[in-house]
Amino acid sequence: MRAVQRVVGRALPLDRANVDTDQIIPAHWLKRIERTGYGAGLFEAWRRDPAFVMNDLRYAGASILIAGANFGSGSSREHAVWALDEAGFSAVIAPRLAEIFRANCLKSGLVPVELAADEVTKLLGLVHDDPRIEITIDVERRTVEAPGLRATFALDDHAHVRLLEGLDDIAVTLAHADEITAYEAQRAAWLPSLRD
Amino acid sequence: MVAAMKRTLAEKVWDRHVVRRATGEPDLLYIDLHLIHEVTSPQAFEGLRLARRRVRRPDLTLATMDHNVPTTPATPVDDISLKQMEAMARNAREFGIRLYPMGAPEQGIVHVISPQLGLTEPGMTIVCGDSHTATHGAFGAIAFGIGTSEVEHVLATQTLWAGRPGTMAVTVEGALPRGVWAKDVILGIIARIGVSGGVGAVIEYRGSAIRGLSMEGRMTICNMSIEAGARAGMIAPDDVTFAYVEKRKHAPKGAEWERALDDWRALPTDAGAHHDREVRIDASKLRPYVSWGTNPAQTVTIDERVPDPDALEPALREAAGRALRYMDLTPGTPIRDIAVDAVFLGSCTNARIEDLRVAGDVVRGRRVRAGVRALVVPGSMLVKAQAEREGLDRLFRDAGFEWRDAGCSMCLGMNPDILGPGERCASTSNRNFEGRQGPGGRTHLVSPAVAAATAIAGHFALPEDLA
Repeated sequence: MRAVQRVVGRALPLDRANVDTDQIIPAHWLKRIERTGYGAGLFEAWRRDPAFVMNDLRYAGASILIAGANFGSGSSREHAVWALDEAGFSAVIAPRLAEIFRANCLKSGLVPVELAADEVTKLLGLVHDDPRIEITIDVERRTVEAPGLRATFALDDHAHVRLLEGLDDIAVTLAHADEITAYEAQRAAWLPSLRD
Repeated sequence: MVAAMKRTLAEKVWDRHVVRRATGEPDLLYIDLHLIHEVTSPQAFEGLRLARRRVRRPDLTLATMDHNVPTTPATPVDDISLKQMEAMARNAREFGIRLYPMGAPEQGIVHVISPQLGLTEPGMTIVCGDSHTATHGAFGAIAFGIGTSEVEHVLATQTLWAGRPGTMAVTVEGALPRGVWAKDVILGIIARIGVSGGVGAVIEYRGSAIRGLSMEGRMTICNMSIEAGARAGMIAPDDVTFAYVEKRKHAPKGAEWERALDDWRALPTDAGAHHDREVRIDASKLRPYVSWGTNPAQTVTIDERVPDPDALEPALREAAGRALRYMDLTPGTPIRDIAVDAVFLGSCTNARIEDLRVAGDVVRGRRVRAGVRALVVPGSMLVKAQAEREGLDRLFRDAGFEWRDAGCSMCLGMNPDILGPGERCASTSNRNFEGRQGPGGRTHLVSPAVAAATAIAGHFALPEDLA
């Protein structure tokens, strides 16, 4: 995973709650066997509407997506994160991110930022008023800064270190291989196995 | 001190799977069973190859093909889907994983086949790269969906890093009225608590109405826990659970069975254990539900009308207005007056044998309304074979339904079974998101009984509405 210390950039305001992963990347894009090639599918159906915010050229080049609560709900497809990443987004800010989506973000280095609802509303307002404003997400300090706003977000120490250092998650876990082996030694014999 | 040791079902199952617990870290959780399908696994296997890693426990890993498989032998598989299925077969071979591919008698939707094979048992941890993994919680297992990077992590380590979830009880007491099925119970629960009602928690469904359900009904309930935003859903194992598991292919046998039973009987929530939240629902007030919008909390009972967004609480209005525009519905329209173009009886929510029996009874001796396309897609080839032994296929075919092979099919529109733009479908699946069943398609979530009656009537109907 790539390391990420900070994200600085303009934002795309997607002022909707409960945006599900079927909207972020429709299922027919999920037939690929690669991790790449999803960017063009991002919000595919909504982008056909000329009034959709992503088609507003004032927001072209945005690297931070600001959305309503429960962003990324529904399907567990990590392709949603890959699509956002390929379309140039490095962070998502919302009052709450759906849990599997948030976990997937942390695996790919897309910074998941959950702020209080009023802070997100204020950010959305700032970006609506001036699409050119720059937002800074400092992963190290766990802060979001925009003109007239400074907020902090939660990120547990474990995820924090992995994002900052871009650690290979599996390598970290395999350092605990002895503990896994010890656990396996005491598992009940009746637990099902495909060897049976 | 004794009081502090009282634990919920979820806490007991979680705690016994903790490999490592340290301050400032989530728990490292051992995974007893890893289910895999063709769509969310290829990149995980590629990751293993690149890092020269192996699958730690192929014996605890089962693969099938369900998401993009065609459900008629005549349907050609498109090149990209074929590539994905070939990748699944190659990866299973290379890493020594049992695979039930298209054409195998055990093939089917991953959440249907694992319980049928006796691989889903009480007290386990089960994961899959699919959000409806919560289905397996019906057995008193902790089961949840993961992304592809986590699939790779489980393949390599048989563990996951995960924070200990909160606990929530949804208690459904009383007798279910006639014609109200498990699907209506979970739709009613989601209508009450909302799409974020279960956030951060494992929901334990309990109460006399839940205990009175079969295992298949319980699976329908737990299946849709993710639609309430929950990490997982669970139901305490009891004699109904044990009777379902006993003698299945991978169930413990002989003395092992007795040991397992002793263990499973200690799993239910201790008397006096504390859930972080509790919601109580009166079963006698539940009715058959039909969704009208584009998220699973946007539902009303079949006796009601399409709601007026302006009459809803302010926070819900804008989304409701957008949903009604997408669904092309007018506030005030009686639900029964809404005509459908298609009926889909299938998915990991409602494509088990009991679902097919209920629907089969409704269509017996009747005909699907002219102009309505109606599909039955059994959840697994084992379900299909059993239904055919019972003659259910004849009932459905005679009524004008298409009788298909097993797969996810029109639940998510990855195979050729999709809705056309603007088409309206009564579906026994789990998600009514925009475009879920095909771009521009309109989905209404219902029970198998309502789906069957709707196919006959051509508009939303209950079995007792039919002439």
